[in-house]
Amino acid sequence: MKPLVRQIINLLPAVLALVILPACQTMDAISEVGAAVGQGAGVLTPQQAQSVKKAGSAVGKTFDSITPEQEYYIGRTVGAVVINQYKPLANEEANHYLNVLGQTLAQFSDKPETFGGYHFLIMETEEINAFSAPGGLVFISRGMLKCCKSEDAVAAVLAHEIGHVEKQHGLQAIKKSRITSALTILAVESGKSLGGEDLAQLTEAFEGSIGDITSTMMNSGYARGFERQADQAAVTTLQRAGYDPRALVSMLTEMKKYLKPGGRDFAKTHPAPDDRIADVEKMIGAAAAVPAPVARQARFAQAVGKI
Amino acid sequence: MRQIKRWMGTVGLAALTVVSAWAAAGKMMSVQVKDAQMRDKPSFIGKVVGSLAYGDRVEVQESQGAWARVSLPGGTAGWLHTSALTSQKIALSAGKDDAKVGASGDELALAGKGFNSDIEAQFKKTHKAIDFTWVDKMEKIKIPSLEIQTFLKDGGVVPKGGAQ
Ligand SMILES: [Zn+2]
Repeated sequence: MKPLVRQIINLLPAVLALVILPACQTMDAISEVGAAVGQGAGVLTPQQAQSVKKAGSAVGKTFDSITPEQEYYIGRTVGAVVINQYKPLANEEANHYLNVLGQTLAQFSDKPETFGGYHFLIMETEEINAFSAPGGLVFISRGMLKCCKSEDAVAAVLAHEIGHVEKQHGLQAIKKSRITSALTILAVESGKSLGGEDLAQLTEAFEGSIGDITSTMMNSGYARGFERQADQAAVTTLQRAGYDPRALVSMLTEMKKYLKPGGRDFAKTHPAPDDRIADVEKMIGAAAAVPAPVARQARFAQAVGKI
Repeated sequence: MRQIKRWMGTVGLAALTVVSAWAAAGKMMSVQVKDAQMRDKPSFIGKVVGSLAYGDRVEVQESQGAWARVSLPGGTAGWLHTSALTSQKIALSAGKDDAKVGASGDELALAGKGFNSDIEAQFKKTHKAIDFTWVDKMEKIKIPSLEIQTFLKDGGVVPKGGAQ
């Protein structure tokens, strides 16, 4: 006999399909009726019907049902997967510089506070890449840093990644079915600690969620609209902080020279630099250029100029 | 003079009563970050006057831009950036508000359960090759607010707005 939760998850679509309700009905009502119909039709035992009632509230829930704490745990594992695929650059000075710059920028974003805060790490690869895990773990490759000729340009890359965190683009890559199944397990099994089978299933939903995010980030890329949102967030953050948003254009222009078509890098996961440049220029408009003093260029060169 | 002082004291007390009565009617919100630092002014430059934990229910006294002055009931007030706050309730322990979890719109579903340290531990058991050492290292890097101010100043970076 299969454990209750797995039975419920399997039965849920069938039971709910028995019920035809106007589209405006809430899922709670649907599950209520679904449970009644299921029981009446002899599909469910009273115990199962009760569980369906609870589980129905999980259907239709999306990524915004994920709590900040869960986002944090998802982000930690996504970060660990990224680190496992690359190699961290063990250069304390460079990583410290990146964290000072990144945490400064985060304060000027629309979401300066996340459950565990923003943290940054350089990856030792020539590949031109940058990733952000949900909650604020941000990774930037040495290859990407080489496309940055100024502190403002590094700021532009970090601000773009902070934008993905702020807009929760990673979480939105999670398939809805995983959220439904996780919420169903928790709704049905509420009030006690999870048993072996439920824990295994929840871990399965977790693994699936991690896979959805990492494969989107590393292989398929986010939708064009999400990239535009991240660029817009970057422009806003840079302007508030006092950096030159045009550095995003300079960085993209530089990047264009090095991107290899078909490579495992930004060429694969991001829109073509020219398309982004055109969009970003529209976002910046006629804003005055921001001068960068010698001291800023000097500390940039010192910290990451020679890595 | 003493008379005046006493009188002012009474007025002050009356004013305080009015303020706290107004504050009592203020919105209750939950802290949605692991540890939140309350500051003496609505800015990250402000001095830290207290800290709050995930799930703490706070009362909003006033707000200014993206900042809110909050306090635990009867506790010290301080300014928090509103991204650290949610109007939803966060139930921390399993079993506590279970009946409501998922059923009510203003309750964060999956509260305190779901993808947590237990699940991370399960994940680690089956994915031994995936090392969390650097993730833990990253999380320890917290740049003090004074260092951020110095960094901006030394680099000639002049903020134009935002949370600061
Ligand atoms: Zn992006």
